[in-house]
Amino acid sequence: MPDKMHIKVTVNGQDEEFLAEPRELLIYALRERLNLTGPHVGCETSHCGACTVIVNGKSVKSCTMFVGQANGAEITTIEGLGSPDALHVLQETFREHHGLQCGFCTPGMITRAHKLLEENPNPTEEEVRFGMAGNLCRCTGYQNIVKSILAAAAQMNGAQEAAE
Amino acid sequence: MIPAPFDYYRPTDIAGVIALLEEHGDDARVMAGGHSLIPMMKLRMAEIPHLIDLQDVAGLGGITIDGSEIRIGAMTTQADLIDHEGLAAAAPILREAALQIADPQVRYMGTVGGNVANGDPGNDMPGLMQCLDAQFTLVGPDGERTVAARDFYEAAYMTARTDEEVLTCVSFTAQPGGAAYEKQKRKIGDYATAAAAVQLTREGSTCAAASIAMTNLSDVPVWSPAAGAALADTPVDDSAIKAAVDAALADIDPTEDNRGPVKFKRHVAGVILTRAIKSAWARA
Repeated sequence: MPDKMHIKVTVNGQDEEFLAEPRELLIYALRERLNLTGPHVGCETSHCGACTVIVNGKSVKSCTMFVGQANGAEITTIEGLGSPDALHVLQETFREHHGLQCGFCTPGMITRAHKLLEENPNPTEEEVRFGMAGNLCRCTGYQNIVKSILAAAAQMNGAQEAAE
Repeated sequence: MIPAPFDYYRPTDIAGVIALLEEHGDDARVMAGGHSLIPMMKLRMAEIPHLIDLQDVAGLGGITIDGSEIRIGAMTTQADLIDHEGLAAAAPILREAALQIADPQVRYMGTVGGNVANGDPGNDMPGLMQCLDAQFTLVGPDGERTVAARDFYEAAYMTARTDEEVLTCVSFTAQPGGAAYEKQKRKIGDYATAAAAVQLTREGSTCAAASIAMTNLSDVPVWSPAAGAALADTPVDDSAIKAAVDAALADIDPTEDNRGPVKFKRHVAGVILTRAIKSAWARA
């Protein structure tokens, strides 16, 4: 049996260290070692996007990354974007526009949408749909998810204009 | 899904990678983005006792454009390809093809090197690189050698790369004219039911030369010289396009799977190739 690796990662701004076999998938390290149960295990075959987190500035399906690969990385999960007391703009707009029904896909949706808006702060509807194509939702039919993301973009841009 | 255990290595230079490959032979595999290999390992269709992660190896990234000569480091991701404005100007077909691969998350991780080296008939870059007449640079214990994309693929997952070699770079000469990559897939993230890469040059109102390759319609990518020749010295009218499609369909060998029976795949291949030729010609 190969040795366990000493893994050091920064998750949501906090340094974390633990021992793990390199074959452990990042999603399980996040959920079971660090108790970050926001990212979900959906299909576990890199299709559904429910496990999406941000690793070194990239949207990543954490079911398709070994924890060994993530060693040294900076990781952001949905828990790092907002909290129940201080929701992220995307969390607010998903609530307001009914961007979720059962909610299972929502952490992955919002974490991916966050990165999308960082790269493209003013997307068209088509760009939102293309940029969110790696996240599946089986409830909403996507209309309200797209609305929620466009609303968040408008709100974030409005806030920026107000600040200038 | 838990893969079989493995020893994990993250060397920082290519010499370190080759030393590990020499030591462990076919018990070792290199991994780039991992988005083909990791699913195979999770399904236990691949068991890799020694996994060599290339993410820290110096000199495997980057896109360089020197006139019409283009070099793409093996660890360049599909997202890097899409974002590179210089490449989009010099060879826009790469962005067009990359945007049709998988989904955004996978494109952040999936690399050009992994896509061409894996030898999966479903991957899009091998056919594209055959169309562009790209060269693959392989580095091994005996140094560096170059293999043409058109000579690289032997069978599904079988390529000219030996177990001790690493594919480090893809290079090609950008051609004037028009090019297009068209792909039919069942859903986002799926491999092609059929896909076609076309590059052609125009002289006045006729096509001077054309290169045509197809994806996922055989156990290797199919570059069809006969299809290209059928377009040369024609005005790329309906009869020339039909001749090219007929020639390409004679060179493919699709098999029935959950993307459809052979007859359907041949039909889709004809539709997709026709679209790609028309699109490339309109851009030429």
